[in-house]
Amino acid sequence: MATATSVPGMLIDADTTFIVQGITGREAVNLTRECLDYGSKIVGGVTPGRRGREVHGVPVYDSVAQVTAEHRVDGAVVTVPPTFCKDAVLEAVYAGVKLVVVVTERIPRGDVVQMIEAADAEGARIIGPNCLGIIRPGVAKMGGIGGPARDAAKAYAPGSVGVMSRSGGMTTEISSTLTAAGLGVSTAVSIGGDAIIGSSYAELMPLFEADEQTEAIVVYSEPGGRMEAELARWVSDHSSRLPIIAFMAGRFMDEMPGMSFGHAGTIVEGRADTAAEKIVRLEEAGIRVAQEIAEIPDLVRERLGTAPGAAS
Amino acid sequence: MRLFEYESRQVLAREGVPLSEHGFARSEQEAREIAERIGRPVVVKSQVLTGGRMKAGGVKFADTPEEAAAHARAILQLEIGGHMPRGVLVDSRAPIAQEYYAGVIYDGVRKRPTFVFSDMGGIDIEEVAETHPERIGRGHFSMLLPFMDFRAKDVLASIGVTGRDLNRLTPILSRLARLFVKYDMTLAEINPLAKLEDGSFVAVDAHMDMENEARPRQRALLEDLGVGEDETREAREPTRFEIEGERVDSVDHRGVAGNVTEFDGNLGLVIGAGGGSLTLFDAVRRHGGHPANYCEIGGNPSVSKAANLTKLVLSKPGVEKIAVMMSIVSNTRVDIVARGVIKACLELGHDPAEKIAIFRIPGAWEEEGFKILERYGVEYADRSVSMHEAARRAVEKVSGDGAGPTPSPAEDPGAGAPPTEDPPERLAGSGERIEG
Repeated sequence: MATATSVPGMLIDADTTFIVQGITGREAVNLTRECLDYGSKIVGGVTPGRRGREVHGVPVYDSVAQVTAEHRVDGAVVTVPPTFCKDAVLEAVYAGVKLVVVVTERIPRGDVVQMIEAADAEGARIIGPNCLGIIRPGVAKMGGIGGPARDAAKAYAPGSVGVMSRSGGMTTEISSTLTAAGLGVSTAVSIGGDAIIGSSYAELMPLFEADEQTEAIVVYSEPGGRMEAELARWVSDHSSRLPIIAFMAGRFMDEMPGMSFGHAGTIVEGRADTAAEKIVRLEEAGIRVAQEIAEIPDLVRERLGTAPGAAS
Repeated sequence: MRLFEYESRQVLAREGVPLSEHGFARSEQEAREIAERIGRPVVVKSQVLTGGRMKAGGVKFADTPEEAAAHARAILQLEIGGHMPRGVLVDSRAPIAQEYYAGVIYDGVRKRPTFVFSDMGGIDIEEVAETHPERIGRGHFSMLLPFMDFRAKDVLASIGVTGRDLNRLTPILSRLARLFVKYDMTLAEINPLAKLEDGSFVAVDAHMDMENEARPRQRALLEDLGVGEDETREAREPTRFEIEGERVDSVDHRGVAGNVTEFDGNLGLVIGAGGGSLTLFDAVRRHGGHPANYCEIGGNPSVSKAANLTKLVLSKPGVEKIAVMMSIVSNTRVDIVARGVIKACLELGHDPAEKIAIFRIPGAWEEEGFKILERYGVEYADRSVSMHEAARRAVEKVSGDGAGPTPSPAEDPGAGAPPTEDPPERLAGSGERIEG
């Protein structure tokens, strides 16, 4: 029987149930396998017209409402093509799903804004679009983040550092570095590479702040947009207990205004969008900006006041 | 995708925003005819996709059709910021009482579209925002609900617009908001929006950017505007190398070889994916290297796509070696990329061990990949070697004075070794070899 859904403090936990929209697509089939192997609870998949099929033992439905009629659905991973993505997200949000991870890339901004506006009105949270999802190492993952369960286990050991990244691949690179250094990861969120995303660094900070497992934060950032400035402002306005280390990629783009590399959101449209300006903003707020990924573990330890080499 | 001014004006016209009398000309003769039709002093404006037209001499005033024709002739041949003009816009010069700025953009922090309106038009709005913030009105509006005109009125009234002006400007600003939504714009701007001496308002210049991702569903509008599907409208024209890069990507649907961009260095880069490429390009430069190109491979490319991209990079004049590097992959297969880059070297008659400065791609199928690389004596690294360290090693190999085309065995015992048959067992665990 369906019961009320809720989003746990740190987005997902061992009991989180979710669905995969577009589950019969090639990528979604892999993602479903990976998440099941990692221990996540997938209660259904949705592909219109494919009701009655199964994907790795997960039953396929025609609509989100059909799943929510039978199961508690805490979250949804949306992998449908860009043209149908807005409707899929709205369907989940209006069916009462409170956490929607949008994997799809190349969704027009107007559609993204509509999804977010609907989610805001219904008290739901969107992660992405253009993201790989969320992982709580050793507990569950929601999305393709970290890849197959065996690979995810290799890169993500449970630990004390929260990771937020505009790049899905770099979420894993940074987490692997933290894992190798013995610090490990509390929760890692691939927040998405688009200009407008459902949850920014600043919007996720209160969740990490309230999460007892998290002792420090690492963010991966890029040129384009005002998300880093927003984070810097959040840090200045709140007395956060969490030290933050940032890494800024794409510094070369400062010399190439008007061009976009890496992700759709990276275009430098004004002075405030440049890597150099963002680094200044972050550092003014007391956020240390690493020059190289490999420095991050030591910077984290330095800020935590633990000696280098001491595993947490 | 940026629209030309003359295209932006067409969009305004079809949505009922009043415009100054104007015409688009591709020749001196057409410019003369438009000026004659207008029958008053005109301004001739270069139609290029770049700012700073005025400073560059791309905007000129003419009192007669003959003068307009002469200006058109000059401007049509004038390159501005690396762009040749598409044509010229011949615009009437009506007496202006006041200039306003009207724009609609996305606010990425609030995640809603917002108006930006000012009674200080005709200049850079960022400058107004810094010097006279009180002269700018802003206001967000919903994209789920139908647009309501009072949202525009509120913005106007917030900076003191009242009387007849308020009632004349409200529909103009409302139409700008509606077309922004309807046509998937990321910027819709009228600057200046001019109040003429008779009290009427007309758009005198317009700038619009349409979202690239929305091009398929805006095909009808783009066809009407005459925008070709192959027009990239990037900040600079693609080079031959970049066009070839796009071809490499498009002929094979498996995986992505995206954003191939030319630079003039000596180290070719076969790097991926989005964030990894940004990080690695910076890393190469941080260690004093000179990248010959940028690219983003990922999404599990085929052997042939990886090979074709590598061949393109290796064939670029001035490229001494290539570095094949990515952040940890989960979808892309290490062994497939390894096969691709080695295939490219061999088919071009190069020794992979000599041409590939370093291969650093950890992740899916890495053991299989590393075996192949080992067989060809290519220096490789797993995740225990950081992205920056891999970039440093690659840079060291190309910038060594007089290093020449032969590898230096003293520096790297593995690199010059002939291909061997047997894949070494010690790789099975993690492959902690390769400390250069």
